[in-house]
Amino acid sequence: MKKTKTLIASAILAASFGAMQVYAANVPAGVQLAKDQVLVKGGEGEPQTIDPQKVSGTPGSLRDRDLFEGLYSEGKDGVLVPGVAESYTVNKDHTVYTFKLRHDAKWSDGSPVTAEDFVFGFQRLVDPKTASTYSYYAALAGIKNAQNIIDGKDKVSSLGVKALDAHTFQVTLDHSVPYFVKMTVNASLFPAPKKVVEKWGDAWTKPEHIVSNGAYKLKSWVVNQKMVFVRNHDYWNDKKTVINKVIVLPIIDPSVEYNRYMAGDLDMTSNQGIPTNRYHELLKTVPNQVKVTPALAVYYYDFNNQKPPFNDVRVRKALSYAIDRNIITKYVTGTGEIPAYSFTPPDVAGFKAKEPQYEKWTQAERNKKAQELLKAAGFDKSHPLNFTLLYNTNENHKKIAIAISAMWKKTLGVNVTLDNQEWKTFLNTRQLGNYQVARDGWFGDYNEASTFLSLLDSNSSQNNAKYKNPAFDKLMDETAKVNNPAPYYQKAEDLAIDQDMAVAPIYQYVTKRLLKPYVGGYMPNLEDNIYTRDMYIIKH
Amino acid sequence: MFRFIVKRLLEAIPTLWALVTLSFFLMRFSPGSPFTSERGIPPAVLANLQAKYHMNEPLMNQYFHYLWDLLHGNLGYSFRFSDYTINQLIAQSFPISAEIGFWSFLVAISLGVLCGVFAALRQNSLLDYGVMTFANIGMVLPNFVIAPLCILFFSIKHHWLPAGGWNGGAWQYLIMPVIAMSTSYIAQIARITRGSMIETMHSNFIRTARAKGLPKARIIIRHALRPAMLPVVSYLGPAFVGIVTGSVVVDQFFGTGGIGQNFVNGALNRDYSLVMGVTILIGTLTILFNAIVDILYVFIDPKIRL
Repeated sequence: MKKTKTLIASAILAASFGAMQVYAANVPAGVQLAKDQVLVKGGEGEPQTIDPQKVSGTPGSLRDRDLFEGLYSEGKDGVLVPGVAESYTVNKDHTVYTFKLRHDAKWSDGSPVTAEDFVFGFQRLVDPKTASTYSYYAALAGIKNAQNIIDGKDKVSSLGVKALDAHTFQVTLDHSVPYFVKMTVNASLFPAPKKVVEKWGDAWTKPEHIVSNGAYKLKSWVVNQKMVFVRNHDYWNDKKTVINKVIVLPIIDPSVEYNRYMAGDLDMTSNQGIPTNRYHELLKTVPNQVKVTPALAVYYYDFNNQKPPFNDVRVRKALSYAIDRNIITKYVTGTGEIPAYSFTPPDVAGFKAKEPQYEKWTQAERNKKAQELLKAAGFDKSHPLNFTLLYNTNENHKKIAIAISAMWKKTLGVNVTLDNQEWKTFLNTRQLGNYQVARDGWFGDYNEASTFLSLLDSNSSQNNAKYKNPAFDKLMDETAKVNNPAPYYQKAEDLAIDQDMAVAPIYQYVTKRLLKPYVGGYMPNLEDNIYTRDMYIIKH
Repeated sequence: MFRFIVKRLLEAIPTLWALVTLSFFLMRFSPGSPFTSERGIPPAVLANLQAKYHMNEPLMNQYFHYLWDLLHGNLGYSFRFSDYTINQLIAQSFPISAEIGFWSFLVAISLGVLCGVFAALRQNSLLDYGVMTFANIGMVLPNFVIAPLCILFFSIKHHWLPAGGWNGGAWQYLIMPVIAMSTSYIAQIARITRGSMIETMHSNFIRTARAKGLPKARIIIRHALRPAMLPVVSYLGPAFVGIVTGSVVVDQFFGTGGIGQNFVNGALNRDYSLVMGVTILIGTLTILFNAIVDILYVFIDPKIRL
């Protein structure tokens, strides 16, 4: 009986997901297309790699979204869109996911994309021999035995993935992960072409060897200059794809990207493609080309929770309260960022954090409370609090640090020394906890609150604030066992921010890009998962 | 001459070895590692990565491992661009920088010498002041100011030239990088040429030539130019190496894909093998061109014997 119920539930789920719209370039009637369907876009920096299982940052994943296709993709406002999978079923406790793969999905060499390719891709991700920095993602997704394999304690073949037949792929998790399908949008869970990878080893991603299953294939790649993609006519939805060629320029500096956009070399910048000092001018001159979207990311300051005086919650709270976030977002960053009071951005799917108490107060009230707290902690004019604020060398971080330290000085009489370090040195210092207060920021890996809150788990290697609260850890463990984790996330937020102020959230990032008015089909979403195959160039 | 070349080659070996050793250990001792990242890699994954790059072995083993590979012409895999070996990265980026460098060098030397000579011949005239003002401005204006000014004028305002890219080195793509790259060299060469030309024109043998009644053009070309070029030539050796190994500014502003940015970004990313590769390249070229300059001296100055 129980089994039948599960089956019925699964069937309903499958039907509802199977019926979802398949995205492609949907050109509205009456729109005349340009003859030359070429898109030149900014690709942030040069990717470390385009090997899907090894990709670990925006530059690599934005290219892989064009070159490869996973089980599911993301559409406008973050809705899930079937990719290689047509539909899926899931058991009641969200531990076994079975994906039905489409029969017409093909690799760029014409061979079919099968369940075995996903098995191989998933296994490759956790294989210590692959040495992927992203292997932890498989463990995060809860795939059975992933952690043991990464640790070298178990065989790769023991991973919880199975090809039931050529077009049925099953994933078994070791705990309930209701949002697992959302996680398949990430490049690390894309399929990999076994024969090609085994034949060429690390060199399989070279233009002359690579075989991919996305709407495009790699034609050429000159490091630090450009990558060229052309249409993959073996792609199952190739008929609905419009843009023929994609040129991706690896530009890091927003002002360089701005120059090339204004000169007409670029049709679409990367998501950090607007220099802050140009923003207001652009809003006046080309308002319809400025695209600002909230991002699934938070900018915050770490307090070193283990070091006095920051092990005193009163000090942490006082400092956090005294930051006037409105001034920071309005006058310092000034490109549409949103003040943040809770750690998880409010736009995250499935959970909207309640306003913490201090968000409801006015800034004057916050300042007053901050003064009282700091005084109670034993700091005053004759015995002022002195500390160093550490950030990585960058103009924007510097401006923010100056503004916040001025707020602290004015409201609390605190003396802050600013210290900046070059990126890798900074990361090292922060991870080792050799700081007092440090700048931090995080872009969610997937659209779910745990990508943020798990950072404050005492076991997380990214717990830079060195926050240790067993009650918090227990809550996070609970979230993995229930179907509706939202109430637990709320409790975790209450604990880590409202009660403990482990870190000071400052603002929610935005993605900001310039887009020529003749580029159609642009569908922004929180994670900036944009696919060229959905876009088209209008006659201009 | 033959003996000189052999001697120079033999000298190059310990110099390069010292360079390799010093950079190897300096890189390894800098804080952070190629694998330091914001995500904080779990220990097991980090161990897997380190094993892949032999970084789990003792430092001295790594050093000898590197030297052994180097002797076989293998510069190793890049840490930052894990799909590429250093040999491939250099093979891709060095020809681009060399092409920009070659044209910049030609422009710099011809314009620089021409400006310097004319300024010297019309010392303290309006022309002299004009050229020297330009030279001083060219020297104080860094290329990260010249590059965006060029883009603003040629690309954004007038749409005459593409704002960046390479396109196989087509001339439209070369103009701005060459301007940005050569300006300071033109200025420098003009200043050196002017100074040494003035000195030469006041020397005894020029006075003799004048007294003999030789035509002015002949005095300048046949007698003055060659000795006046000596300080310029000694400047050109290292300048040539600097100019063909590119500049991070030119590479980043114009997105050419040259080798210049690899050096700076390699260091920032702790891409040990990339930094080593570029260091060895620059070191070898520097030794080579210093030797060439020494040989050139013989042809310019008959007083010098090797």
